[in-house]
Amino acid sequence: MANKIKTLDTSIESARGIKARFQFSVKQFATETFTFDIDLTIPGQGVTALFGESGSGKTSLLRCIAGLEKNISGCLSVNGELWQDASVFVPTHKRSLGYVFQEASLFEHLTAMGNLRYAIKRNNQAANSQLLEQVISVMGIESILSQFPQQLSGGEKQRVAIARALLSQPRLLLMDEPLASLDNARKYEILPYLERLRSSFNIPILYVSHAVDEIVRLADHAVILRQGKVIAQGGITELFSRADLPLGVSNELGAILDCKVLERDKQWHLMRVAFNGGELWLPNVENKHNTTQRIRVLASDVSLTLSPHSDSSILNALSGEIVDIINDQNPAMVLVRLKVGKSYLLARLTQKSLQKLALAVGQIIWIQIKTAAILR
Amino acid sequence: MSLSDADMGTIWLTLRLASTVTILLLIFATPLAWWLARTQSWFKGPISAIVALPLVLPPTVLGFYLLLAMGPNGAIGQFTQAIGLGTLPFTFWGLVVASMVYSLPFVVQPIQNAIEAIGNRPLEAAATLGAGPIDCFFSVVLPLAKPGFMTASILGFAHTVGEFGIVLMIGGSIPSETRVVSVQIYDHVEALEYAQAHVLSGVMVIFSFLVLLTLYTFQRKRKAVGLTYGQ
Repeated sequence: MANKIKTLDTSIESARGIKARFQFSVKQFATETFTFDIDLTIPGQGVTALFGESGSGKTSLLRCIAGLEKNISGCLSVNGELWQDASVFVPTHKRSLGYVFQEASLFEHLTAMGNLRYAIKRNNQAANSQLLEQVISVMGIESILSQFPQQLSGGEKQRVAIARALLSQPRLLLMDEPLASLDNARKYEILPYLERLRSSFNIPILYVSHAVDEIVRLADHAVILRQGKVIAQGGITELFSRADLPLGVSNELGAILDCKVLERDKQWHLMRVAFNGGELWLPNVENKHNTTQRIRVLASDVSLTLSPHSDSSILNALSGEIVDIINDQNPAMVLVRLKVGKSYLLARLTQKSLQKLALAVGQIIWIQIKTAAILR
Repeated sequence: MSLSDADMGTIWLTLRLASTVTILLLIFATPLAWWLARTQSWFKGPISAIVALPLVLPPTVLGFYLLLAMGPNGAIGQFTQAIGLGTLPFTFWGLVVASMVYSLPFVVQPIQNAIEAIGNRPLEAAATLGAGPIDCFFSVVLPLAKPGFMTASILGFAHTVGEFGIVLMIGGSIPSETRVVSVQIYDHVEALEYAQAHVLSGVMVIFSFLVLLTLYTFQRKRKAVGLTYGQ
């Protein structure tokens, strides 16, 4: 009975999402003990990033969810299905999940297509040739299906591995730094496929990474781990506007805005986008499929003025309220958290400017953002 | 110079013995190799040592103990008598049992190494794709460890063909029952029939060379194909 998948009572079942609680301690060196103590609830849809430095327990958490770590006490339910508690441990092969490892981990004795068939044969749902075609085209692997893994590049292997995971039609897709083993060029070759994956398949994804740029492009939610504990979790735009989290070194800090494209200016190669709180001009990015655009505004590219300037080279000027002023790691600098409509921005200023403008929390102020500096 | 009927008989008996032993060993040694490759148990050391004992012990020692164990008063002997098989020494099946013990490390070790070389990752990948342990063994472990199984079969077969001491202890020299090629050569030499001894010995040299040649060519090809894991 212990291995049978049983459904929780209806009150919990109605709450979709992933509830996980895991605890364990490992002796690392003679004196140090790594304690892993995680208790979190993850939305049952969209991409949730597990973010943290190496050694923070991201991969351990993912392996616990997959059931690859035995002998770890914990409690886990996925969209109302109980996978683990004190008396239940559903073995990995009976959990409806897909797992993409850091290295592609394809079966070397099978072709790319053989690897895909391996997944199709073992999934309980009826064969679905339409899904197969869709997955192959979204991952762009039509031309390499007959090749063996050792004939493929790192990026191609990883695309096949992702396709293979999708074809087991999982209720949850776990991705463990799928881009970390690739060089930068390959990484940017795969990122668009991951974006397409997010928009084409309605599967909740848990995405482990320590790279801010991947998370910014892919994630809707994030869980930030440090030394085996959750230190923050929430929506990606909210988390990235906080200055108190270890989201990269301070000169990489920046807020995220989800924008809607309103118009494209062919003459100047710009586009006008709206976010929850205002409008911005950005360099145009041709993207026929998507009218939404996620942008990241680095704190160091935002400056503040007391009155609107019309004689500046800066196109984007917004009015906002100062909600927080935080000391930077660098003693010469401060971080100012700003509220613009319902969104937040961060500005990185010198202590001297802060004094000169006499800025204070609650003050309404003009915010200037360099168009050239906005990252997507 | 040609082979006499008696010599031909010993060759067929040898091949029959080696084939039987190889097939039985593959069935018996695979789970043992699997366990040795994957266990973290304290018993791994002692069991590995016991498996490797035939590599270092003189065949006479093994033969002596097996003779006692399979004899009418030995544990195996009591068992085989109880189930109505009589005693095993000086029979073909007694020789099979003794050869299995003698060739065990030659079959276990290549399979164990091959399974260790596969590592955990392909098994984990298979599990996340919904393959249970038995499915995983046949669909992932067996194909990936194939070179190890080939090496194990070749070595097990060749080593059984080449045994002498243990055959003499357990089997004696009963025509078409226990008189294998190596024993027949010994008998020829004892009887001063050097010509016949020459022919059979020549056959053995050529056979052994061909087997080893196959093995090493095969191993070199395997490296060239690059059946490595990880990247």
